[in-house]
Amino acid sequence: MLQPPTLPTNYTVKQGHIKTSTGKTIRTEEMIINMGPQHPSTHGVLRLEIVVDGEIIVDCIPHIGYLHRCFEKHCEHMTNYQQVIPYADRMDYCSAMTNEWAFALAAERMLKIEVPERVEYIRVIMAELQRIASHLIAVGTYGIDSGAFTPFLYTFIDREKILDLFEMTCGARLLYNYIWIGGLSHDLPPKFVEQAKDFVRYFRPRLKMLNDLLSYNEIFVKRTANVGVLPKDVAINYAVSGPQLRGSGVNWDLRRDDPYSIYHKLEWEPQVGKGEMGTVGDCWDRHIVRMHEMEQCLNIIEQALAGLPEGNVQAAIPKRIRPEKDAEIYVRTESSRGELGFYIVSDGTASPFRVKARGPAFVNLSVLPEIAKGGMIADLVLIAGSIDIVLGEVDR
Amino acid sequence: MTVQEIFDILKAKFGDAIIGTTISAAGGSASVGYAMQLWIHIAPDKTKEICFFLRDDNAMQFDYLSCLSGMDYNNGTFGVVYHLASIIHKHKIVLKTFCTKDNLHIQSVSAVWGTANWHEREAFDLYGIIFDEHPDLRRLLMPDDWEGHPLRKDYKVQEFYHGMKVPY
Amino acid sequence: MEFIQTLLANELVVSILLSLLPLVFIIVYALVVLYTEMKVAAHIQDRVAYMRTGWHGLLQPIADMLKLLQKEDIIPDKADKLLFRLAPIIAFVGTYAAYAVLPFSSIYIGSNINLGAFFLVAVGSLVVVGILMAGWASNNKWSLFGGVRSAAQMISYEIPTAIAIIIVVMITGSLNLQDVTKFQDGGIGNWVVFGGPLPWSQKLMLMPFTIITFFILFVSSVAEVNRTPFDLPEAESELVQGFNTEYSGMRFAMFYLSEYANLFTVSAVGVALFLGGWSSPFGTFMSGPVWGIFWFVAKAYIFVLIQIWVRWTLPRLRVDQLMYVSWKVLIPWLFVCLLSVGLILVL
Repeated sequence: MLQPPTLPTNYTVKQGHIKTSTGKTIRTEEMIINMGPQHPSTHGVLRLEIVVDGEIIVDCIPHIGYLHRCFEKHCEHMTNYQQVIPYADRMDYCSAMTNEWAFALAAERMLKIEVPERVEYIRVIMAELQRIASHLIAVGTYGIDSGAFTPFLYTFIDREKILDLFEMTCGARLLYNYIWIGGLSHDLPPKFVEQAKDFVRYFRPRLKMLNDLLSYNEIFVKRTANVGVLPKDVAINYAVSGPQLRGSGVNWDLRRDDPYSIYHKLEWEPQVGKGEMGTVGDCWDRHIVRMHEMEQCLNIIEQALAGLPEGNVQAAIPKRIRPEKDAEIYVRTESSRGELGFYIVSDGTASPFRVKARGPAFVNLSVLPEIAKGGMIADLVLIAGSIDIVLGEVDR
Repeated sequence: MTVQEIFDILKAKFGDAIIGTTISAAGGSASVGYAMQLWIHIAPDKTKEICFFLRDDNAMQFDYLSCLSGMDYNNGTFGVVYHLASIIHKHKIVLKTFCTKDNLHIQSVSAVWGTANWHEREAFDLYGIIFDEHPDLRRLLMPDDWEGHPLRKDYKVQEFYHGMKVPY
Repeated sequence: MEFIQTLLANELVVSILLSLLPLVFIIVYALVVLYTEMKVAAHIQDRVAYMRTGWHGLLQPIADMLKLLQKEDIIPDKADKLLFRLAPIIAFVGTYAAYAVLPFSSIYIGSNINLGAFFLVAVGSLVVVGILMAGWASNNKWSLFGGVRSAAQMISYEIPTAIAIIIVVMITGSLNLQDVTKFQDGGIGNWVVFGGPLPWSQKLMLMPFTIITFFILFVSSVAEVNRTPFDLPEAESELVQGFNTEYSGMRFAMFYLSEYANLFTVSAVGVALFLGGWSSPFGTFMSGPVWGIFWFVAKAYIFVLIQIWVRWTLPRLRVDQLMYVSWKVLIPWLFVCLLSVGLILVL
């Protein structure tokens, strides 16, 4: 049964014949090239099998699964729902707070727990800081993909300040185990509010500088405008979400349209791509939506910091988590990459019966073959970068 | 639209293919209302027609397939759970189909929503559910020559894979 | 030259020694520019690099060279062995041969031929051959992409370079680089980029065109050397180092060395043609044979610095956009300049 794996795609290359002016015929062939699991710019272990005709892409077949870590199987063997939180962190490791929050929200709704107001505010602050950090990675690595090496280092300087804030609160820089079912693991340290306000003040002019350096640079605009256009109906049909969906002109943000926590009390606007530099839904639109979203995050953080109530963050953490038999819930939240959903089914015991994680990067990646056809290889790198995948979430 | 209204419309149109609705035991916090605890049971061989109707009908327009999950209920039944949403009308609904272990065939909905393509490949990969009329049903997350379907409740890991010992 | 000749009394030995001088220069210069590039890049990116080896990392380039020297020489199994070994040598030979006609000073030029500028353009094409060989012989689809892209790019950018050189030749009347430099001797006002040592009326009319030509020469020579924003052949984000992918150790060091040497060559050519070569900008103050070397190297080095600066600031162009810039933007502008300069000189 075990044979060496052959190309599962039975693609036969098309052969063309070009007649030269002297009457001879040159045989041409399409080339199957592998943008393999190891590559400086596929943002992780992703294998893209590309069929090219010269430099034009005829077909692009993604192969995933190189980072599959059996998250869903692990969840079924946990002895406690709280133990799933560190595993949920590691799914989308660039945006861990939003992962934890989605799972904690799902479990809380299933158990009908009401968390204190202070917990809600702190969760919002953490999630928005995490959203800025994740978008900074996306923007920085997008610059590297297009050849500009400097914005990457600038964005990482700003990200260090956010990671300092996280480290101050829960001790970890990347994978936190902070948002627990029913509350948080630690309360905010005394200097957090001051330092967060300093960060907001510091970061606003940096956003403008990043825009001047990268987004409105003539060469960058030429590389990304009108490239990888994702039309609105294709986007909705492929269940694309997050900045990618909003970049295609669809005004859909789960924080406003399927509200959870206190987002309905704060004033902010979802950012939608308008096709300023090219067509609506091209790579530039997705990029600028992320840049504008970072600014909106700053607004949310400011309002949440101003309205932070007092309270005990661990008041509602349950001692025993045992949902009813046959309870199930599907909760969707807006993570940095899009709609992160957890579908939990319980069988009455302390371990979940089934946990399905709907990762936004998984779904966003499935649209890549559609939008990459007809472009060049150089475009493919930029399109894959604009989808902003994190392989941990694609493969779980 | 409420789930009961949708169920009535579907039952009127598709008859026996709509088998029933059930309330699952999960409740919800009072501040946020949602219809996730009521699901509609549909027949496994008519899923494509029903989903086409749900997507194209003007009153419903479920154009967004949020999630498609394979299920193993540990008593010989497998199933697929569809979570649909509508961007235009902002309502949600849950559909479920079941099939037995001897007859693991469910009609594919990848013609209705493009996103179902990868979701169904993942369900096939991890559970072994075969989706009829799927354009390209092959493994997605596991290597192509892996034996067995890992998320099944009775799955035993294989000993060796290409000479490497698997359980450690 | 004659002095050393009488000293050693053997013409062959003397000419070999004199032709090795640029090699010494290249090696010393490569170490300096390596260090400069890393430090300039670091400071642009708001970090410091290389603080540990020596004071502020001054010994790092030597460490880099030692590292590359002692690496294992890996040749892929299915690679075309002869071409694989030959490619870096040809690329370096092409680069080095250009040093024969660079006027370092009024008393030293490697080979005072009357066809200096023409020889430069001709020998620059050898580098294309070397890169194409490297791309093909690596037996790697990605290297092939890099090699083919590079060939297309360098061939299309040789034309703007050649036309810019023609414009200078029209003004100065000679292809010999030493003569061109002597033509511009006497202070900053005599430089070709400001119109050359011609009467004021002609100078004022010529100046916009010569400045544009100088700028276009600079841009197309950045493209000739495969530097960002034109560095598609070695685009690290796409082609995993392009035609360089399979090279390691000393062979890679040859490509690296020839890229840096090329940087200096194209800057030096621009300086010699437009900015007065070894002549001092102050006229007679600080001028002389030895000062000549200082001015030449300093001016060329400023442009090397500008190229490094541009590399770490701008994103890179796509292949078809690159071709578009060359054929549809640079060449038409150059034709306009050519016609205008010709008209102005005739009238």
